[in-house]
Amino acid sequence: MRSFDDISAALSEHATTCENIIQEYLATIDARRDLNAFLAVDAERALVRARQVDEKRMGGDAGPLAGMVVAVKDNICIKDWNTTCASKILEEFVAPYNATTIEKLSDADAIIIGKTNMDEFAMGSSTENSAFGRVKHPVDASRVPGGSSGGSAVAVSAGMCTTALGSDTGGSIRQPASFTGIVGLKPTYGRVSRYGLVAFASSLDQIGPFAVTVRDAARLLQAIAGHDERDSTTAKVPVPDYLTALNRDVKGLKIGVPREYFDESLRNDIRAAIETQLDILRSAGAEVRQVSLPHADYTVATYYILATAEASSNLARFDGARYGFRADDASTLKENYTKSRSRGFGQEVKRRIMLGTYVLSSGYYDAYYLKGQKVRRLISSDFERALSEVDVLIGPTSPTTSFKAGEKTDDPLQMYLSDIYTTSANLAGIPAVSIPCGTDGNNLPIGLQIMGKQFDEETVLRVADFLETRA
Amino acid sequence: MLRAEGIIIDVPSWNDTYEPVIGLEVHAQLLTRSKAFCGCSTQFGTGPNTNVCPVCLGLPGALPVLNRKVVDFTIRMGLATRCTIAPRAIFARKNYFYPDLPKGYQISQYESPICSNGYVELESEQGRRRIGITRIHMEEDAGKSIHDADADTLVDVNRCGVPLMEIVSEPDLRSPREASLYMKKMRQLVTYLGICDGNMEEGSLRCDANVSVRRKGETTFGTKTEVKNMNSFRFVERALEYEIHRQIDLLERGEPVVQQTLLWDSTAGEVRPMRSKEEAHDYRYFPEPDLVPVMVDDPWVEEIRASLPELPDERLNRFVREYQLPQYDAGVLADEKDLADYYEQTARSLKSTNAESYKLASNWTMGDVLRVINEQQIAARDLPVSPAALAGMIDLVVDGTISSKIAKEVFDEMLRTGEGAVQVVERKGLVQMSDRTALEKIVDEVLERNRGQVEQYVSGKKQVFGFFVGEMMKATKGKANPRIVNELLQEKLGARTK
Ligand SMILES: [Zn+2]
Repeated sequence: MRSFDDISAALSEHATTCENIIQEYLATIDARRDLNAFLAVDAERALVRARQVDEKRMGGDAGPLAGMVVAVKDNICIKDWNTTCASKILEEFVAPYNATTIEKLSDADAIIIGKTNMDEFAMGSSTENSAFGRVKHPVDASRVPGGSSGGSAVAVSAGMCTTALGSDTGGSIRQPASFTGIVGLKPTYGRVSRYGLVAFASSLDQIGPFAVTVRDAARLLQAIAGHDERDSTTAKVPVPDYLTALNRDVKGLKIGVPREYFDESLRNDIRAAIETQLDILRSAGAEVRQVSLPHADYTVATYYILATAEASSNLARFDGARYGFRADDASTLKENYTKSRSRGFGQEVKRRIMLGTYVLSSGYYDAYYLKGQKVRRLISSDFERALSEVDVLIGPTSPTTSFKAGEKTDDPLQMYLSDIYTTSANLAGIPAVSIPCGTDGNNLPIGLQIMGKQFDEETVLRVADFLETRA
Repeated sequence: MLRAEGIIIDVPSWNDTYEPVIGLEVHAQLLTRSKAFCGCSTQFGTGPNTNVCPVCLGLPGALPVLNRKVVDFTIRMGLATRCTIAPRAIFARKNYFYPDLPKGYQISQYESPICSNGYVELESEQGRRRIGITRIHMEEDAGKSIHDADADTLVDVNRCGVPLMEIVSEPDLRSPREASLYMKKMRQLVTYLGICDGNMEEGSLRCDANVSVRRKGETTFGTKTEVKNMNSFRFVERALEYEIHRQIDLLERGEPVVQQTLLWDSTAGEVRPMRSKEEAHDYRYFPEPDLVPVMVDDPWVEEIRASLPELPDERLNRFVREYQLPQYDAGVLADEKDLADYYEQTARSLKSTNAESYKLASNWTMGDVLRVINEQQIAARDLPVSPAALAGMIDLVVDGTISSKIAKEVFDEMLRTGEGAVQVVERKGLVQMSDRTALEKIVDEVLERNRGQVEQYVSGKKQVFGFFVGEMMKATKGKANPRIVNELLQEKLGARTK
């Protein structure tokens, strides 16, 4: 795994070119086809782009990400690329436009190498729900890389690209980052444009970076962050210089440890790994104190009500009428809908559409959706209160390390509980990063999560960068 | 308001122990240049599916961005109907499947509409009536399904995302006539405000009605039905008449009214139920997460209030004040903005600015101008005779160049050729004869030629006077100044009588 710092150094010493870097990544991608991380790789396009960037570098006017090779989750639209969301229903769909994040990457001279596999429509925590086959864990192929951005996580951790874009609705960047031992950041809701991200749950979705180092995650965030006229939910909050925030100093910072995340159900090895990190922070002069998030128990239930409600509506457009998969044996309009959607969507997606339709139905709306909205506000104010006392919160990213493929596929509830520590950041709209913190007895990575105040990615990244350099 | 139909005496054609209760939902297509949530143009005529983009096509990943003009226009209507303007308006998704609805939901408003609790006033057969406005909200239009001969359905999404305003009335209307008067009021307001072209035939202004009946004196409502597809004022009345009769007949037979949605079929002249699967939707409304709440602060509302054009009632009053018009004239003229503008431009172009000229301009506008635009189904502004041209003609009447009678001929010629009044009058030699000496000569000739009638007059049969006037006009091809002809005839005949 090479960081962008290594690449930049090699490029400036003329030890390599962007074209060479692409060739190397292509070779690795080819060698690790078994992992099924990519749904599409466009070698030709990447090489053409690499030569252009090399020329720009010669001319001395290359963008800040020249030499960074990025993989993109297949729910983010890139003009003229298929955007499948790992679903049969969008298998043939070619995006006619670029997501804002893609335009920004291109402006910064990053090079896109391919589109990565994922849980269908980002619904899942193991990347087993892909219509195009599951993604395997690079350390142990019988295990899962987490999800839903499993392809992006594996692409970075197996050295197939420098960084990757994922999307995080309830932990879909952080949990796979944790499982594969890399850095994964979910920015504040409204920090990064969602324009061109195929929506799962609009009020929770955020695009964010996967990287080998915190510095690279910061660089990628720098390039994609900011207000976008095409996404009304992006905030007009100025984007700071994230790299300068990484000052390797945590002295005087207040670190909150939510007591609800450290109850007896937490695995001992994960608890120990995190406490080691807390000790490092203490000895560096940070103040570590316990805080409380009283509504933590309701997080997963609230998340699954609200996320599925929005999903049921967001996925209504995939009806076989205008684009995407259409059943060829339908004789009426209604049949076209039912057959196209029944065959086009996978099991988990259908489950969530039904759940979401149910919680929005008349007679159930108040008891589920409306109550979910109320609890969401309570959860948000838990975080507001806690983060008014401390600068960041630290806890585990996931209750487990990577699990075996098939282990939870028959038990959706167990699968949903994988998100127990991650969904709250989406509900509260706050930034959260997962960084590696050691491994378990099976040599599988453990993840540590740092959560911060809205639009304070700086402090979150600063603490993450500090711990990374001490590890 | 009463227009040319005269006084309305609306005797209910149904069993009058019953009372209808009607509420209207009016949809008005807003005249913004671009669509509600994307930059696409709202102007069509470039072929199907051309004014589209990823947003209005509902492509995966595309997001709506609110066009502030839509809010602006809706607030205008809210202020004109004395509504409360919400400080915070929220969009909601109305979910249902239909091929002409690309996202599978319509962006609308549900729980927090932008305007609520207003009213308009009508003059109906029951006197001055105040009709409550429950709410006015913003939403986007769907596309058009076109069913072609091969039983295929084609979809044109040009109209997708065109902004609509829905105005929901209280169930305050008590007759089909009131419903159509209310609808006319809506059209009057939206056209005055310049936010909708008000064209019902083309569907830019449409309405659905909720109808029930109850025995007079009852305070609870009967079971209501919804009637759709009434695309003219006349159809509003006819469809509601039909539906009220139908409901009363059911109740009289002891059968219940079934709550359902009905379509007005103007060819058959009846309402018929929509197929049940076309209704019975659970729309699963919920707040639209892709849009932030619209914050409407006081300065914004005040800015819009200050920019409101003069509304019909104000204009009526001003016409009475400024042009000394009778109340009736001012009412007819102010009724439609287009006609009011025409009158006002005519009045302002007149050289003679006195009450007589203003009244003359009013007579012409309410008379020939209104007749021609009704006959030709055109807007007053499209009349070949411009307000300035009409004013020019009226000036000729006022200064005695032409007679009122000749003016009719001049107007028709102007209408036909588009010429100015002076041109027509000169070309056709229509200048009024006011030369006393010349006219006196002709009077003498006429009296000479018609001795018999002169005898009759002298012997006391005064009604033959009109005959002489007619003969004078014939002899002068209508150009004789009637006043002078009168004077001369009185003079000469009077002399013979003595
Ligand atoms: Zn558009």
